Amino acid sequence: MNAALLAQYAMNGLMLGMMYALVAVGFTLFFGVLDVIKFSHGDVLTVGAFTALATFVGLTSSGIASSPLLLVAMIAVATVAMAALGMLIARALVLPLRSAPALNTLLITLMLGTVLRESVRLFYPAGANPKPFPRLLPGGSIAIGQFDLRVDNAIMLIAGVAVIVGLQFLLNRTKLGLAIRAVAQDEETARTMGVNFTAVVLITFAIGSALAAFAGIMNGLYYNEINFGIGLLLGVIGFAAAIIGGLGSIYGAILGGFLFAALQTIGAVALPFASAYKDVFAFAVVIVFMAIRPTGLIQEKISERV
Amino acid sequence: MSTRFNVGALLAAAVIVAGIGTAEAKDKVKVGFIGPLTGGVSVNGLGGRNSADLSVRLRNADPATKYDYELVVLDDECKPNVAVQVATKMAADKEIIGAATHYCSATAIATVDTYHKFGLPVIVWGAVLPDITYRNKYPEVHRVNGTMINQNDSNADLITKLGYKTVAVIHDTTDYGKGHNQYFSDALAKAGSAKIVGTFGVTADQQDFTAELTQIKALNPQVIYFGGLTPLGVRIRSQMDKLGITAVFDGTSGIVSDAFIQGLGPLAEGVLAFREGAPTEKLPGGKFFMEKYNAQKYDNPPEAYGAFAYAAMDMIIAAIEKVGPDRKKLIAELADVKDRDSIVGKITFDDHGQNTVPVITRYVIQDGKFVEWDDSEYASGKRKLPGQK
Repeated sequence: MNAALLAQYAMNGLMLGMMYALVAVGFTLFFGVLDVIKFSHGDVLTVGAFTALATFVGLTSSGIASSPLLLVAMIAVATVAMAALGMLIARALVLPLRSAPALNTLLITLMLGTVLRESVRLFYPAGANPKPFPRLLPGGSIAIGQFDLRVDNAIMLIAGVAVIVGLQFLLNRTKLGLAIRAVAQDEETARTMGVNFTAVVLITFAIGSALAAFAGIMNGLYYNEINFGIGLLLGVIGFAAAIIGGLGSIYGAILGGFLFAALQTIGAVALPFASAYKDVFAFAVVIVFMAIRPTGLIQEKISERV
Repeated sequence: MSTRFNVGALLAAAVIVAGIGTAEAKDKVKVGFIGPLTGGVSVNGLGGRNSADLSVRLRNADPATKYDYELVVLDDECKPNVAVQVATKMAADKEIIGAATHYCSATAIATVDTYHKFGLPVIVWGAVLPDITYRNKYPEVHRVNGTMINQNDSNADLITKLGYKTVAVIHDTTDYGKGHNQYFSDALAKAGSAKIVGTFGVTADQQDFTAELTQIKALNPQVIYFGGLTPLGVRIRSQMDKLGITAVFDGTSGIVSDAFIQGLGPLAEGVLAFREGAPTEKLPGGKFFMEKYNAQKYDNPPEAYGAFAYAAMDMIIAAIEKVGPDRKKLIAELADVKDRDSIVGKITFDDHGQNTVPVITRYVIQDGKFVEWDDSEYASGKRKLPGQK
């Protein structure tokens, strides 16, 4: 195997890992503040991607043709809309079920995911068919030795890193971040310290869902195709990544996302048997990993199970 | 057991006699349709459903029809487990006399035992896996469309004629994709000159193919054969372009749908595909079918297999008209179908209930349309596929 090929595999893995990480961070944020698992997260990503596509269709039909402008508008509309959807889900479904067993939240959001997915299929025009997603990033590629680095992929990776760094800054350097971390660590104490619990939860869901919308657009730009089912597997993988990383830890989720992508790539490339088993391989490794290290790569400082 | 059967037969006879007695009010007879109405290939399922519905409507509108037909529609979601449930539901409903069933091979093969066990006569309208009719010799199971053996022979033949030497195969790991892989590989080996440089099985809901395609890029084949359905086909063709792979994309009947072209836009240009039977508009009854179909103003087009769904349903109703609403008599009637006229041409069932249609249509996508290969600018030499001799 030559270096160019190896670089291409690495690039494939990095792009996948970035999308998984963005989804996993959402799972981990929700679990952090409320100790719930929100299974509709992947489908929020789908709705986000379709919202972006609808924005694109709407704007181009009203005569706007500039790619950067379109892209900015798509990201803005989709992230804001999904942030609102995330808050709505938290307000209407997750918060009212706070005192019910966690299993109820898991189930209700699983159902909601199906509703979202099928709604896209039924109500988006010809939503059952795969949809072409516009190419809005510059094409072209930079030759590094024999390896052609696609400019659009590089831009997406940089944008993904920027979003994660931004999130990190928000959580660690701002008052809002402090409030989110306080709620995550101890809700009761945070309340007595004057933190508005409901507002923090809603904002956290808004942030997580906006990240999903961003990942959805990235998915569309990377594959130039979206369909109503993209969120299903991304949701499961994002969740698995969050678990590997240690649910509740942002770094863990990011690490988990890239680790899962690496496992899939290795599964498809290096194993002697057919690539059909790459998901089997990746998930099997997750199972083994969870058996050895049930708290994930980076465990929460205070275990919930004490 | 035998007593119960006799009682059943007597009851059926009584019902028929009663039916003749009150000729002015037509008896209701239920017929079934199963196809994928939700999920990724639902466009084909809905097209088939509408076509079967059209057949029922036209019959009911005809005053000479003896019974009043009611179509019972169930959704198999293109998933084998769901298909077995709905097939059992339909077969257990003794009021349903016969059914046109399944677009997806994975669901059609999963349900043949169910139909056999419950004795429900079915005509498969879209699935192409040979095993559906040929694995067992069930008198209940028939099929109006051809099998994937024929289309893969034709496919391998064209690839060989065009002078291609190296082919990489991607197939989904359902029975459908695995069947395509097997029959295409056999056909290509028989044709002799081209060889398969790599075979990749992928799951039916996979989104990312960059790992497989990067490997294929290293193998540098002239042709990528794809045995699978439209959603995967769109993703793979699109991601080929991302990785700068210029090989010919060689598909099967599974990608012959307008959704494939809409999903890809200009990237669909030069994609090959093969399908049993002639294109709808070239079928003997194609013009009639399209006129009647359009008159009903359905939401979806009939898609590639709509005419077959119509022909299947029409054959069931014609047989019920002849022998009455009785499953056993219907099976006996369908066992003896030779040179029967239909909108898809003459239908002859062999001893496995398989229609022996020899016609395969070869397509190439040209300017956003499925064009018959022989009529295309690629065949005339005006345009060239990548690496075409």
